[in-house]
Amino acid sequence: MTASPSTQPAFRNTTQDNEPVINDVVIQVATSNGTGSQSANLVLLRTIFQMGVPVGGKNMFPSNIQGLPTWFTIRANAQGWTARRRDADLFVAMNVESVEEDIAALRPGATLVLHADLEKHLTRDDLIVHVVPFGRLVAEVCPDARLRRLVVNMIYVGVVAWLLELDMEEVGRAIAKQFSGKPKAADLNLAAARAGHAWAEANLPPHRPFVIRRMDRTAGKIIMDGNTAMALGLMYGGLTVFAWYPITPSSSLAEALTDFMAKYRHDAETGKATYAIVQAEDELAAIGIVTGAGWAGARAATATSGPGISLMAEIVGLAHFAEIPAVVIDVQRVGPSTGLPTRTSQGDMMSAYYLSHGDTRHPLLIPATLAECYEFAMQALDLAERLQTPVFIMSDLDLGMNLWMSEPFAPPTRPMDRGKVLTAQDLDRLGGFARYRDVDGDGIGWRTLPGTRHPKAAYFTQGAGHDDAAKRSEKPADWQNNLDRLRRKIDGARNNLPQPAIQTMDNPRAALIGYGTSDEAIAEARHILATQHATPTDYLRLRALPPADSVREFIAAHSRVFVVEQNRDAQVAAILQAEYPDLAPRIGGIVHYNGLPLDAHTVVEGVLSKGSYAP
Amino acid sequence: MSISEPAGAPAVAAAPAAKPAPTNRIGETMAAYKGAASTLCAGCGHDSITSQLIKAFFEMGISPYDVAKMSGIGCSSKTTAYFMSLSHGFNGVHGRAAAIATGSYLANRRLVHVCVSGDGDTASIGLGHFLHMLRRNLPIVYVIENNGVYGLTKGQFSATADKGSTHKKGFENEQTPIDCCALAIEMGCEYVARSFSGDVKQLVPLLKGALAHGGSAVVDVVSPCVTFNNHEGSTKSLKFARENEDPLHEVGFVPYYEPITADYAEGTTITIDLPDQSKLLLRKLEHDYDPRDKIRALELCHRAQEERLFLTGLIYHSPVRGRTLAEQMNLVDEPLAHLPEERVRPAAEVLAEVMEAYR
Repeated sequence: MTASPSTQPAFRNTTQDNEPVINDVVIQVATSNGTGSQSANLVLLRTIFQMGVPVGGKNMFPSNIQGLPTWFTIRANAQGWTARRRDADLFVAMNVESVEEDIAALRPGATLVLHADLEKHLTRDDLIVHVVPFGRLVAEVCPDARLRRLVVNMIYVGVVAWLLELDMEEVGRAIAKQFSGKPKAADLNLAAARAGHAWAEANLPPHRPFVIRRMDRTAGKIIMDGNTAMALGLMYGGLTVFAWYPITPSSSLAEALTDFMAKYRHDAETGKATYAIVQAEDELAAIGIVTGAGWAGARAATATSGPGISLMAEIVGLAHFAEIPAVVIDVQRVGPSTGLPTRTSQGDMMSAYYLSHGDTRHPLLIPATLAECYEFAMQALDLAERLQTPVFIMSDLDLGMNLWMSEPFAPPTRPMDRGKVLTAQDLDRLGGFARYRDVDGDGIGWRTLPGTRHPKAAYFTQGAGHDDAAKRSEKPADWQNNLDRLRRKIDGARNNLPQPAIQTMDNPRAALIGYGTSDEAIAEARHILATQHATPTDYLRLRALPPADSVREFIAAHSRVFVVEQNRDAQVAAILQAEYPDLAPRIGGIVHYNGLPLDAHTVVEGVLSKGSYAP
Repeated sequence: MSISEPAGAPAVAAAPAAKPAPTNRIGETMAAYKGAASTLCAGCGHDSITSQLIKAFFEMGISPYDVAKMSGIGCSSKTTAYFMSLSHGFNGVHGRAAAIATGSYLANRRLVHVCVSGDGDTASIGLGHFLHMLRRNLPIVYVIENNGVYGLTKGQFSATADKGSTHKKGFENEQTPIDCCALAIEMGCEYVARSFSGDVKQLVPLLKGALAHGGSAVVDVVSPCVTFNNHEGSTKSLKFARENEDPLHEVGFVPYYEPITADYAEGTTITIDLPDQSKLLLRKLEHDYDPRDKIRALELCHRAQEERLFLTGLIYHSPVRGRTLAEQMNLVDEPLAHLPEERVRPAAEVLAEVMEAYR
């Protein structure tokens, strides 16, 4: 991971007197990808979750199928802080490729569970080291030598379970859930976990610095990744056409959607599908299919990541200008170019907001939680049809592919909004219509769908200049009027998009704006700033662009505001500066862009170094 | 409401007829199939194709309300404005009409999708979408108005320009042309035709056959650009096409709702059965060609290119009908676009079931 030892005192509880730290631990496991370690890590995560302790899991994996180093981090925290933390308390080193760097990066005093075969790489004496004979242990429980590479991971589950005093009954339940429907695999893995546990019981010193004790803070909650939540939202949003092209980290969204739709969206009587999912030939086709479907009246969406967004630029401009509903989900990864496909960032905010040539701007919805993934997906389908324009949902790899806790989702309470569509009966009553005329003063015209049986229904959709009756026009006034109306339309949507979440403290000494997955690190950082650095903060979490009026009010109410972002150029800060030129000097950025999820420490350091007001 | 009533669209309303205009089987006159006035160059082959499209739709008795006209960018793509103003049209971006049409079809497969595209759209910038549309067997009539040049940008070679064909500035094309018909056959397209914009007698029945086909149908029409590619040395000039067109057969179309009246002698005619029970009758000329043989069809395309033959007619029709995209996807019969909320939003119990699985 990081090459240098972590010397920073981290935001973690340490005990002076050998008392164990309860329910506050970061576990990190280093393995190679393709060895099945994900199952073992999920069993650990689920066990902690079942014991009622808030927990999150972050997978840091290579852009590769088998054999390269991968790390899985589990953070359990009684207060619910599950953002990434820079250092692990308990590290499991299973991978020869990364072991030297892994050990070098550990904080002094951390616990290291080391595969016996890797002992020769141990060069430090400031760690608590448990060398485990994984090879021998797995051979004893797993006679089939071919399976040992997979089953060995469940041995460390047992060792870690003993070290954290996890309830082995819960470990058993978690294994049963992980291997549900495969009883033989479940039995084998449970035996391995028990073997690891028994070995630890017999061989390790009795003192355990970090332990998990039962709580009730996860009762009723679900644990899921954001891509799955978004797929559920699309299904409940009445999506009928979805087109996509495989790209990490959005592919699992399309695959989750495919599974949900196959299971729940076939007509009860005929067994036929009430949806179409197309794996397209590229992202241009994916957005083309979505645009064609939106034009013909379907609720349509695509999901992609940065490189796909780049390819979609031209057709997104068409959909913006010809005013066609479309939902584009961007599960952001690290760019430019191929970048780091399996790492997270918020680097597409600027390019998505202004995507395409000419004067273009698009509503962006920015979820930070599983529930918002679900809700914003539904809402985006409504907004796209209401506004007749592409609407973006800006997720990221951290939210999309990692595991988060949430209250269960509620069924939708509002009916679907199908926007301004005229039927043949409407046209009889009205005697006709002009496709792009602003009859309601909101910049949004009325449209008809192809197939409407009325002599006044048809119009010619084109990306070329047109007048308000959709007739081809190159007249300067027609062009300018159209662009002005489009601006009114997008601007006018700002207070109908998800509104910011604002949290204040008394006597604030700093003001922060954040969005998306930065939220959990910011929340933790604010707690640390207030309790350890006497720096209370006000915080606005942006949930959409263009920004609501309350964003302006928030900035105006503070002499300096720092936008916390996971990109190099403080992209949203720049958008806000452009939005509010009079307030621009107040707006600065605290940025983080190394591909790892944001941690609270970065925010705290940023605020203390430049963000807080003079006392 | 009849489309031809005076209350119709402006394009339709201007014909005060002394005697009633002929109507088709749904009671509409030709006027209901007209579009805006063309802005293409006088004598453009595309305008002739536009007229044949109007004739084909009129004579087939397809309601303009049921038609979606798709196109990309270029001179050819503009023509969707010049026919059937009573149909919705979508003139999108360069090369992506096939993708956009795919979405429109999935949203509402009751619409008859017709795409008019050019050789730049189809064989260059949109080649990938064209091929994948055919792989999916999207029900669409895909007309390529093929003139071998980029007309709207003033005469650059396109990817269908023949080897040795000359540019307006005199130099020759050295690069291998893309044969959209051969590619279409390779991609599994089950209805592939080549024609000439000046061959009205052949083009209309081929278009009707494409409309009756019900799957992907490609009609590659050599359509001379009279402004930028009509010179001596061009293999897509009006003169070259007129002098070299070599029809494989004489094409007749018999719709399912009309009896076959002509009587052909044994062995002179091949009957192509179309899915809606319509028929194409191919009367033998000099060639002894059966378009139901895929290998021969490909061989014909390659031979035409090697020997620079301008062979026209029905190049390939699959005797076996593959499943359309909607059939592959097992879609409900109703347009997805119009499904009511209760059919696209699962019940609350389903959500509860999903939530339980993630606890």
